[in-house]
Amino acid sequence: MGDILVFVEHRSGSIREVSLQILSKADELARGLSGRLTAVVLAAKADFLSSDFSGRADRVIVLEDERLSDFDFTGTAAVISKIIKDERPSLVLMGHTPWGMDLGPALSVRTGLPLATDCVGVSLDGKKIKALRQLYGGKLFARVSFKDDSRGCLLTVRPGSFPIDASPGRQGDLVRIDVPKDLSASSSRFVEYVDTGAGEIDITQAELLVSIGRGVGEKERIEEIRELAGLMGGVLSCSRPVVDRGWLPKYHQVGTSGKSVKPKVYLALGISGAFQHIAGIAGAGTVIAVNKDKKAPIFRVADYGVVEDLFAFSDALKEELGK
Amino acid sequence: MDIVVCVKRVPFTQEVDLEVAKSGKSVVTDSLAHVINDWDGYAVEEAILLKERLGGVVIAVTVGSEDDEEVLRRALAMGADRAIRIDPGESSLDGSVVAKAIAAAIKGFSFDLVLTGVQADDDNQAVVGIMLAEILGLSHAAVVRGIEPKDGELKVRIELEGGIDEIRMVNLPALLTIQSGINEPRYVSVMGIRKAAKKEITVTGIKDLGLSDADLSPATEIEEVYLPPETGGAEMLSGDPSKLAQAVIEIMRRKGVAL
Repeated sequence: MGDILVFVEHRSGSIREVSLQILSKADELARGLSGRLTAVVLAAKADFLSSDFSGRADRVIVLEDERLSDFDFTGTAAVISKIIKDERPSLVLMGHTPWGMDLGPALSVRTGLPLATDCVGVSLDGKKIKALRQLYGGKLFARVSFKDDSRGCLLTVRPGSFPIDASPGRQGDLVRIDVPKDLSASSSRFVEYVDTGAGEIDITQAELLVSIGRGVGEKERIEEIRELAGLMGGVLSCSRPVVDRGWLPKYHQVGTSGKSVKPKVYLALGISGAFQHIAGIAGAGTVIAVNKDKKAPIFRVADYGVVEDLFAFSDALKEELGK
Repeated sequence: MDIVVCVKRVPFTQEVDLEVAKSGKSVVTDSLAHVINDWDGYAVEEAILLKERLGGVVIAVTVGSEDDEEVLRRALAMGADRAIRIDPGESSLDGSVVAKAIAAAIKGFSFDLVLTGVQADDDNQAVVGIMLAEILGLSHAAVVRGIEPKDGELKVRIELEGGIDEIRMVNLPALLTIQSGINEPRYVSVMGIRKAAKKEITVTGIKDLGLSDADLSPATEIEEVYLPPETGGAEMLSGDPSKLAQAVIEIMRRKGVAL
């Protein structure tokens, strides 16, 4: 008991940061549990694994098979649930990513192990696992435990929750195992990746982003802010709700599912600050937030805050710039 | 195409200060307005759009109390044909219990597709949909922002990170968890909802679904909830709009932005 298994995600030939973050946290948890840390990598060809990577676990299990390329769910779920049943780890960790959101609940059903999703913290109370989650879009924290984790438990971890250990100290053995012969036919097949970020403007290169959120209220008023952005020599960007409502094309979207940006100044107008959005502005030099709601989460991460109606503020900015 | 769509009624918490309940394990929601879970609104719309294109029947399902029938009536007003409410009574719920209950309630139906929202606004778990698919043995995909029926399969667009979408062909019958923004949920008037009151809502007790005590026992437990600490954060600027504008321009210039 006490062993930890980490499902490693990779895309287009590189390991995803969330998996390195999880392995770094798992290193600490494995010491607390006095268990062995295993990373599992499934790929058509795992030629992207560096010798550096093996320092992140006591053992790296690699399964190479065409049928496991591009997160083929059927193959992945079958292989991982078999490993869990064979090895009985105390804790299985994966990212709360689109793929992890598909895999985690499926593994819970197949293995009968309890699941906590989108965890932003993991701690040990003796040998018991406690997960820290957020409810109501980050307005509330919840400490969650499992009724019965005697056979182990599953956690999906929010990307960005843990730092990556720069000098990992384990010496993982590379173990290659064969894919089970009786792997059932896949229930879906990969076609292609499409980049939705390509468009008329590139928000990732802008020095000043003037960004709007739900607070803009209606599509018709976006022009007022576009004009402001033009006056300031900045580029117009936005948060998810603006794209969801069809008010701006997706290539304007900042955040986890949009683009990560790194302007000198990020001016957030009427953006409440969901964590997916905050993750996208981590690289911004200075964040200035304008919001009517003084309790908007964006004020917790902004450098400067203004509690004001965004249009009143925008009009005043235009007037000052015209002077 | 016959479709089951799962919906949940949730408290509306935007620009609302949450208050932790006396138990310390939940928040006070009695005084809050309730709405259909944002993601579920998109799922219902997608189900209706598919029905309008391809024909078939749409059944809306929720697990909840009588008050929660409000979201079923909304789904019916949007175009669903009938609705089922699973009444949990005094049972405590988590994602796995809800998935087992819905699975038991719909397993006898013939359907091609089940749609759920990616997650719920309140507990943000994103587990019910995929668990339901696994229990029923359906193929599935999570975080879907586009569906195109094609030769007895579905061509789906899965939203990955960084503006990348993954295109996959998924076999039927399938369950897809629907991401916000996939469509524009239609407006329903109060009159429309009233008219939909004539459509049938079947109510089943969660204990009448043939589930064992183990099935009905939540796997996870909230030990404690708390509001985020109000630490650090922004330096707040004050003054009238023109003072604020001057201050912001001054900050931008200092940070090297040419205005």
